[in-house]
Amino acid sequence: MPYFPHTPKEIQEMLSFLNIETLEELFADIPESIREKARENFKLPKAKSEIEIFRELEEISNKNKGKDFISFLGGGAYNHYIPSVIKQIISYPTFYTSYTPYQPEVSQGFLQALFEYQSLICDLTGMEVANASLYEAGSGVAEASLMAYRINGKKDILISQGVHPEYREVLKTYLNGIELNYKEIPLNENGETDLKVIQEYLSNETSCLIIQNPNFFGVIESKIEYISELVHKNNSLFISIIYPISLGILKAPGEYNADIVVGEGQCLGSPLNFGGPYLGIFATKREFIRQIPGRLIGETRDMEGKRGFVSTLQTREQHIRRAKATSNICSNEALSALATAVYLSLLGRKGLKKVAELCYDRAHYARKKLLENIEDLEFPYPSYFFNEFVVKFKKPAKVVYEALKNKKILAGIPLNRFFPERDKELLLAFTEMNTKEEIDYLVKTIREVLK
Amino acid sequence: MKEIPLIYEISNEDRDTISLPQDIEFFPQEELPKELLRKDLPLPQLSEVEVVRHFTNLSLRNFGIDLGFYPLGSCTMKYNPKINEELAHLPGFTKIHPYTPEDLSQGCLQIIYELEKLLCNITGMDRFTFQPSAGAHGELTGLLIIKAYLKDKGERRNTVLVPDSAHGTNPASAVMAGFKTIEIPSDERGLVNPNILKKYMNKDIAVLMLTNPNTLGLFERNIEEISEIVHREGALLYYDGANLNGIMGYARPGDMGFDVVHINLHKTFSTPHGGGGPGAGPVGVKEYLTHYLPKPLVDFDGEKYFLNYNIPKSIGRVRSFYGNFSVLLKALIYIKLMGEEGLRKSTEIAVLNANYLKEKLKDIFNLPYPSLCKHEFVLSGKKQKEKGVRVLDIAKRILDFGIHAPTISFPLIVEEALMIEPTETETKYTLDNFVSVLEKINREIEENVDIVKTAPHNTPIKRLDEVLAVKNLKVKWG
Amino acid sequence: MYPEDRKYSKEHEWAKIEGKEAIIGITYYAQKELGDVVYVDLPEVGREIKQGEVIATLESVKTASEVYSPLSGKITRVNEKLKEKPELINEDPYNNGWIAILEFSDSKEYDNLLSSEDYKKLIEG
Repeated sequence: MPYFPHTPKEIQEMLSFLNIETLEELFADIPESIREKARENFKLPKAKSEIEIFRELEEISNKNKGKDFISFLGGGAYNHYIPSVIKQIISYPTFYTSYTPYQPEVSQGFLQALFEYQSLICDLTGMEVANASLYEAGSGVAEASLMAYRINGKKDILISQGVHPEYREVLKTYLNGIELNYKEIPLNENGETDLKVIQEYLSNETSCLIIQNPNFFGVIESKIEYISELVHKNNSLFISIIYPISLGILKAPGEYNADIVVGEGQCLGSPLNFGGPYLGIFATKREFIRQIPGRLIGETRDMEGKRGFVSTLQTREQHIRRAKATSNICSNEALSALATAVYLSLLGRKGLKKVAELCYDRAHYARKKLLENIEDLEFPYPSYFFNEFVVKFKKPAKVVYEALKNKKILAGIPLNRFFPERDKELLLAFTEMNTKEEIDYLVKTIREVLK
Repeated sequence: MKEIPLIYEISNEDRDTISLPQDIEFFPQEELPKELLRKDLPLPQLSEVEVVRHFTNLSLRNFGIDLGFYPLGSCTMKYNPKINEELAHLPGFTKIHPYTPEDLSQGCLQIIYELEKLLCNITGMDRFTFQPSAGAHGELTGLLIIKAYLKDKGERRNTVLVPDSAHGTNPASAVMAGFKTIEIPSDERGLVNPNILKKYMNKDIAVLMLTNPNTLGLFERNIEEISEIVHREGALLYYDGANLNGIMGYARPGDMGFDVVHINLHKTFSTPHGGGGPGAGPVGVKEYLTHYLPKPLVDFDGEKYFLNYNIPKSIGRVRSFYGNFSVLLKALIYIKLMGEEGLRKSTEIAVLNANYLKEKLKDIFNLPYPSLCKHEFVLSGKKQKEKGVRVLDIAKRILDFGIHAPTISFPLIVEEALMIEPTETETKYTLDNFVSVLEKINREIEENVDIVKTAPHNTPIKRLDEVLAVKNLKVKWG
Repeated sequence: MYPEDRKYSKEHEWAKIEGKEAIIGITYYAQKELGDVVYVDLPEVGREIKQGEVIATLESVKTASEVYSPLSGKITRVNEKLKEKPELINEDPYNNGWIAILEFSDSKEYDNLLSSEDYKKLIEG
């Protein structure tokens, strides 16, 4: 066996030291009836060699035919470029084979990187404090609303229908635990969260309002600053869900006075990986720091006065506060946070702005081309958008989608995946990875299909 | 060693960014109204070389399993096979978007499907969800499933029992799931005692959460009776799988009477811990609870794998998409590499290593629970404390020898606890060396106590002031 | 270590009577066990509190300890200085490190607390 290096002789020596004869005797404390069942039922295939595994897994990976398709898929996970530097750095064994930095003196590398990550996220979002990561955005949204409840003790959680439908489902699930009230705010005809309904719903019991910007349908919430003001006037908290890449050009949550910011950090250096591991970005204002969930890295000094980094405010966390912790989170997504720190360092302000512009460019180019070249479609939302938009056909979107699939194009997400009645619409996303040729091919193929 | 400057401190405005395409120049600044655009983007600007050197230098100041012994109790820091990493980086996996149509992502679905079958067999459970992204996330998921099930039965049980030796995540998860928690004391053997348990059981108890082997590394040998007591009262039994490495192949949670389990793939199944994550905490349930699992599940219709959203009483979702896929992939590869024999053997050797170390160390430290242990054991630094040396000092001194310190000050029921989990991937030589290091430190406590109390000395930085870090809270640059 | 002008609880709090009010704090022994106090979570002024209820939470780097009120009554003042200087608890637990003042409601509760001598016995055995 490759991963336990003991020789039979060593095993024998160790057994004799313990005054026993067989390895099985080490399990004498497990009742025989339980061991018996395990003997009968613990049945797995035989071990395979690395060569066999390689062959097998390559074959399985080749069944993922989608890898060779031109993709316009988005909806919370995006195909952005991952510079080669990142893969190298997160593959350093001292990074990826380490664990939670319980011993800071031998974990300075990761701790400093996470401190830098927190700083970069603060700068990106315009917030004052960021934690060292949560799992992903959906559970991040849930954590944010639980935090809002801890801060103001109010029980109504308002959430826009512009928020990713899966994040909303996650929130609903979590709210079955603490038992807070969940209320959705619909979108108006422009695809933006309906102001009138917000005004109607805000009450003494409103803990927070959650808005995603750009929202799930790609629409930029143009009234977000005003909404934030309304929410604050009502003594409630404003939670904003971001698409980090868009912050290369779009207004940062700190600029419209968001109280808590949640984001999906996958776009900042993590591969699509069929949905995970991703990165839950979580940031807030300094005044709420003691209510933040998850790990927080802080600067300090060593005995000689040298700068160093440690986990701080640990009394918020489960290993100390147990039932009174701000969250149960222990393992987080540190390695994805490291990837993001490297990504943001590499791109810098110029690079991130450029990537955001490229995404914006491509999406707007595509919409323009579609509009100019095809008659039988419309764009239900006339609002500003970033890199993603909804297109509506006169016939079922499935027909168009399948026809494009035959041409090796993944034409976004059919909206009926989430909303059964919306069976004529596709959500298309564009990133810097899509070339002009790909977009032209998409437009041309849609035109052919609709003929 | 010199401080490594922060990226902000080596940033230079005038540096260029990495090369990006210049082809479409359509960005119409004027089209988006100014109030939607940000004023300033205060990120640093560095060259690629600087970034690479910066993070490479940081990596040299970090300890990982690939550098040396990492006996961090309750974390199962076993070797992470390299083949896992290479295969998980195949573009056929990394490039797959979670909303890729099922017929074009059959490989990914097959991975999840196969892993589920294997984990069911390993644990004796009937179905698994893979959404939970870590152990604690699994606990919350499991408890929400139990809550939904009880609600369905019209029961209003509101209390979760946890032993006083439990991981902090247990009570924290229980509170997030809307339960009260009550701690039950361990008996003098360090175990849950059925007679004590009985006193705590009543109609308010929804579930007993157990780690088995527990955090003292001891197998809860009364588990069958415990299960009987819990179920008789109408409550459920939850298995915290953090310590599955101590019993794999010898005992299955499903056979012990557990209704819901989570397992930590980053512990027992060798996926790397990544400096704190990502992990994965899949949750398995018995047949009667499968309708409550988060959706979707992955099923196979005889021809193809598909996402099954038809789960009538599902609790919903606990995260977006399907889970930490690449972690699942690595765990599957590990199980395939090890096979039935290998997994059983890994447990045997893990337990052998732990008992060997325990017996070697029991004269140096105090061993409060001297029975046969499983994959880990807990020592007490009581004797050393009397000489003015805290277990924290000992941990710091261990670092000087190129070894990661054990878990300290946990479980809470042991004074000055040192929780040691060697795992199966460590040689006898490594263990013997560890013993001699602890012997040496123990001698130092007699002869030269300052060297212990001011440790570490050979690390990139001296002992850090954690009080200052809280009082003078600085969590970002600038 | 055990001033005689006040009484003590088994949970290592002290209460000192001044007229209708009692000053509450933790003992020298308690602060020593706790280590460096880095944060104090103080109660709301005006709150009615019962004997044995949590009146404050003291945090060190690795622990959070609850302080139980040795007496019942209404909280009239809290030591605001602890917000900025939590270390006062360590430096001067019996004077400047006081935690709260309450208008006590039952003087029998005070009578039943440990005397300085009894508390000393509890600690030193």
